[in-house]
Amino acid sequence: MSAPTFSASMDPSTKSIRTTSPSPTAPEGKPSAAVAPTLIDIENLDFHYGATKALHGITLKVPDRQVTAFIGPSGCGKSTLLRCLNRMNDLIDGTRIGAGSIKIRGVDIYQRDVDVIELRKRVGMVFQKSNPFPKSIYENITYGLRLQGIKDKGRLDEVVEKSLRGAALWDEVKDRLHASGLGLSGGQQQRLCIARTIAVEPEIILMDEPCSALDPIATAKVEELIHELKLKYTIVIVTHNMQQAARCSDKTAFFYLGKLVEFAPTRTIFMNPENPQTEAYVSGRFG
Amino acid sequence: MSAPATHLFQAKPSFARTAEKGVFWLFRSAAYLVLLCGALVFADIVIKGAPAVFTTTFPFVNTVFLTEAPESLYVFEHEGAKREMGDREFRAFREQEAAKAAAQGRKAPEIKATSFVYSAGGIFPCIVGTVLLVVGSMTIALTLGVASAIYLSEYARQSPLVSFIRLAILNLAGVPSIVFGLFGMGMFVIFLEWNVSLLAGWFTLAFMVLPVVITASEESLKSVPKGFREGSLALGATKWQTIRKAVLPYALPGILTSSILGIARVAGETAPIMFTAAYVVRDKLPWEGLQHAGDFFFQGVMALPYHIYVVSSKIPQNEYTERVQYGTAFVFLFIVALIAATSIALRNKLRGRYKW
Repeated sequence: MSAPTFSASMDPSTKSIRTTSPSPTAPEGKPSAAVAPTLIDIENLDFHYGATKALHGITLKVPDRQVTAFIGPSGCGKSTLLRCLNRMNDLIDGTRIGAGSIKIRGVDIYQRDVDVIELRKRVGMVFQKSNPFPKSIYENITYGLRLQGIKDKGRLDEVVEKSLRGAALWDEVKDRLHASGLGLSGGQQQRLCIARTIAVEPEIILMDEPCSALDPIATAKVEELIHELKLKYTIVIVTHNMQQAARCSDKTAFFYLGKLVEFAPTRTIFMNPENPQTEAYVSGRFG
Repeated sequence: MSAPATHLFQAKPSFARTAEKGVFWLFRSAAYLVLLCGALVFADIVIKGAPAVFTTTFPFVNTVFLTEAPESLYVFEHEGAKREMGDREFRAFREQEAAKAAAQGRKAPEIKATSFVYSAGGIFPCIVGTVLLVVGSMTIALTLGVASAIYLSEYARQSPLVSFIRLAILNLAGVPSIVFGLFGMGMFVIFLEWNVSLLAGWFTLAFMVLPVVITASEESLKSVPKGFREGSLALGATKWQTIRKAVLPYALPGILTSSILGIARVAGETAPIMFTAAYVVRDKLPWEGLQHAGDFFFQGVMALPYHIYVVSSKIPQNEYTERVQYGTAFVFLFIVALIAATSIALRNKLRGRYKW
């Protein structure tokens, strides 16, 4: 495989990740994004499921090491957009990008020579329905590393502990690492999935309604975890729960019918939205 | 007048209640009818076949029947008693009688015996042949079948071509087994010059059960939750890594279930092996007298179902051939049950390990 631009820039061996080919569009960051540099740059994106156009000209800049929330009523395209970011939509037959681009650190992730495997290592994902493998907790966490051919027991043990601590699960499971991951409660399972994701040291973590199947206490734990994770990772979270977006995100994007209606700091979206549709949605008048 | 005791939930006759009862009994009697027919077939085979397999004296199993090759049976009158002897025994007896007569200076007595083909000895070569055919053809069928099922359900885009391939595979299941036999003869025996051989039989039988294996494997692959695939891919696994580690292990119990059905069919089919792999009789066991190890694959074998056919088609039927037929059928059922039980045990073990 000839080293694609993306995998070259994302090579784990280079400790500090830098753009090898600075994109001409990178410098024109809007003043609002000046606080945190842009990590994911979505430009004028159209996305199709077969004949249906699901996303219409989305332009959005996701800031580095912050939590960005996507909100909006069901079917508004927020999950679709999220799944574009690690190309999970590739798995669905008949989907395609109609126009526009998604750049991560200036590299278009839909260009031909991108190694999707390398991309997904860098852009981890946590799903709506917690999906631990029916294996032990230990094996769940080492799954990603074993794929990369890491077999050293000491290294694996170390990563397991680090990831579980990172997902605030270590104290609850340290005595039963070799018990099945399915024996955990729903909230623990979801945190196990987060631990599994951070074990491969991604840069970005995508969360697709991670708390929609959890009770309020488990939800609170996951949200607390999101607060800690954003120190090291860039998080994009899709949520149905507006309070959740308000509680844990720095910036919020409101989608409606496949269009981005408003994207602003979370405070602005909830306290002082520009668009009347946003105002109606966040105040609970529709959606 | 005593008013009937009524209450809020008093049962009243209605059409729905009658229909409920009627349907219940219809279904129940259908199930019992099937059970009865099955039981009759089993009982027939066991009652008629068990005497050939079991004996009343120690070790209670007819070891000759299970461990020796078929022989002709000779039945004759000798010194007022009715004697039954296998081929070799009969020849030895005749020589012994001739020697006795010679010693006494008489002419050797002529023994008038009626012979019945294959009614003495045992069926060991058939057992060996059937086991070899089942193991080989299932190995081929599972390898090819699981591979194509993985391609069809995991890799191929859902297109009209793929739907057409699926339809063709399903249709293949409806092709009469004799057609597979003729295909096998034309393709493997004649065209590829494999002659009547294990290999030709393996491939013919494998193609016959492929539709079952593919269809069932696809179903079990589909029943693995999508979350496993997504979870694995999102961690940077390739498609094949995902299939091998997060899909196939969980589909395996289902695939095994389907292969159990396949085993029963492969073991029992006569038509496909008639022209491709089965010998009416063969003196050597498959591992005897091989010049090269490779010759193993290019030899014909005896097989249980074909043996039943050969013996049954001897006319006239009589008590001696019947004993062999039913004995063979009984042993056959037992072997199929044994192989199926092994697969079921394996499946249950896997199920326990890969539960979600």
